[in-house]
Amino acid sequence: MTDLPARYPGQTQLGLVIDLDLCVGCHACATACKEWNTGGHMAPLPDFNAYGDGAWGVWFNRIHSFEEGEGDGARTVHFPKSCLHCEDAACVTVCPTGASYKRAEDGIVLVNESLCIGCKLCSWACPYGAREFDADEGVMKKCTLCIDRIYNANLAPEERQPACVFVCPTKARFFGDLGDPNSAVSELVAARGGKDLMPELGYRPTNKYLPPRRARPYVDDLAPQPLTALLAEAQSAADVANPLLRWVDRLLSR
Amino acid sequence: MHPALSIVFFTTASGAGFALLFLLGLAAPLGLLPQSGWFGFVALATAFILAAAGLVSSVFHLGRPERAWRAFSQWRSSWLSREGVMSVLTFVPAAIFGIGWVFFGETGGLIGLCGFLAAICAAVTIACTGMIYASLKPIHQWHNRWVVPNYFMLGLMAGFLLLDLMIRFWVVRPVGTPLLALLTVLAAWWSKEAYWRFIDTNSAPSTVASATALGSRGPVRMLEPPHTQDNYLLQEMGFRIARKHKTRLRLIARITAFLLPALLSFVALLTAGGTGLIAAALAVISAALGLVIERWLFFAEAKHTVTLYYGAVAV
Repeated sequence: MTDLPARYPGQTQLGLVIDLDLCVGCHACATACKEWNTGGHMAPLPDFNAYGDGAWGVWFNRIHSFEEGEGDGARTVHFPKSCLHCEDAACVTVCPTGASYKRAEDGIVLVNESLCIGCKLCSWACPYGAREFDADEGVMKKCTLCIDRIYNANLAPEERQPACVFVCPTKARFFGDLGDPNSAVSELVAARGGKDLMPELGYRPTNKYLPPRRARPYVDDLAPQPLTALLAEAQSAADVANPLLRWVDRLLSR
Repeated sequence: MHPALSIVFFTTASGAGFALLFLLGLAAPLGLLPQSGWFGFVALATAFILAAAGLVSSVFHLGRPERAWRAFSQWRSSWLSREGVMSVLTFVPAAIFGIGWVFFGETGGLIGLCGFLAAICAAVTIACTGMIYASLKPIHQWHNRWVVPNYFMLGLMAGFLLLDLMIRFWVVRPVGTPLLALLTVLAAWWSKEAYWRFIDTNSAPSTVASATALGSRGPVRMLEPPHTQDNYLLQEMGFRIARKHKTRLRLIARITAFLLPALLSFVALLTAGGTGLIAAALAVISAALGLVIERWLFFAEAKHTVTLYYGAVAV
């Protein structure tokens, strides 16, 4: 059934936290995602015209780059985006066949490919563009939060996390239970003021984005100092704290 | 949004078909239509063929058409599923009503009741079609109060124009249908203009800042897209129509869908026999063309929030 699972307090809600301060936009998460998932639960992730002009294909993770602010206060923000595994996932409720579903036990949103009719309505209902159509198989595909890694007993325990999180060289991505207010990821979100994307639409996304911290006020240390500043500095040498330097200063000032 | 021809044809054809069925199911039991079994056959066949052709066309939009039957299962949450269920359900009372009218010349009693039921089901089906679009929050041009009335009024307009044309083969000078056709064309025109005014003066609450949770330092703009080539999201949801084409197409839609059918219905109202018949037929042809353009624009002018991640500032 495409009804969303019943909610209860403390429900497990697995998801990602992405630190926009740390992401350097290297696309490693997107590549690792593609590599794992083209052989994983939703495999394959087809590419078309892969080696020529007009190449396109299915990716579950895409890295956008934005600029925020103007002039000295501006900064570049690299912005990885994948499925946010929303609490109120309209991609699930609009599905006419029951192919799209949200797991009650961990909140992961998945597609049952053998039920999907390829009507694409779920991709229209997703404000974030998390779903991509597989034109080869005629079905919709999406991020599985690496369901075949996080519960995979054949992997070493430290590898049981989504490929995008595991590969991130700057550790800008975190995986955990956002339904538990005491989990490491929930505490990180609380400490850094983690945000929802498009909260106004009411999808209640699970994944959170940590906004870039405010930069220190800009100080130009390398600019040539004006002569008046140097003179003022010489005159106030009497304030020098080090007694040895004070003595040298007095000696030289004679 | 990408205007897929299968969907444009589906919404226009089944909209007209179900609206015609709505009118027949309502008017025939009340004795407002020619009682002839042949009239019933022609009118109901037209309604059934339009509705069914639209539904069949929608199946061609699917990636897996052979699994289309699965779409009847999720009526509890999905408007697309509800539309599928209601469209099939409508054919049950409509078939009984049709058999009674065409083969037994009966439009009263139980047959009439089935007619009313078919009318109600047909109206609900049209509303469900509209709700498929109106329920999608990421598309501001669809998620608004004008979409369902638009679908209903445009369907009704097509239904009345068709009914007036068909009646003219049996009645030399009908009065009610051309008048009602004229009035519904004007009402549909008004509702479409109201929709256009709404989308021209309104944009979604979502912006590039809310989509990225950025903006505390100042305006947010795209620096680099995630990929240099196209992808599914841009093909399906990034469809853009040039402003000058939009203006021109709206003008063509205004003329062909509303102005010409209104004028021709007026001519049909004042004339009888051959002239009236030709006017009514031209009104149907013009409206059919206009509705297809109008529906194409309904998709082409719709902007999805995903484009905010690809350089759009507002949607």
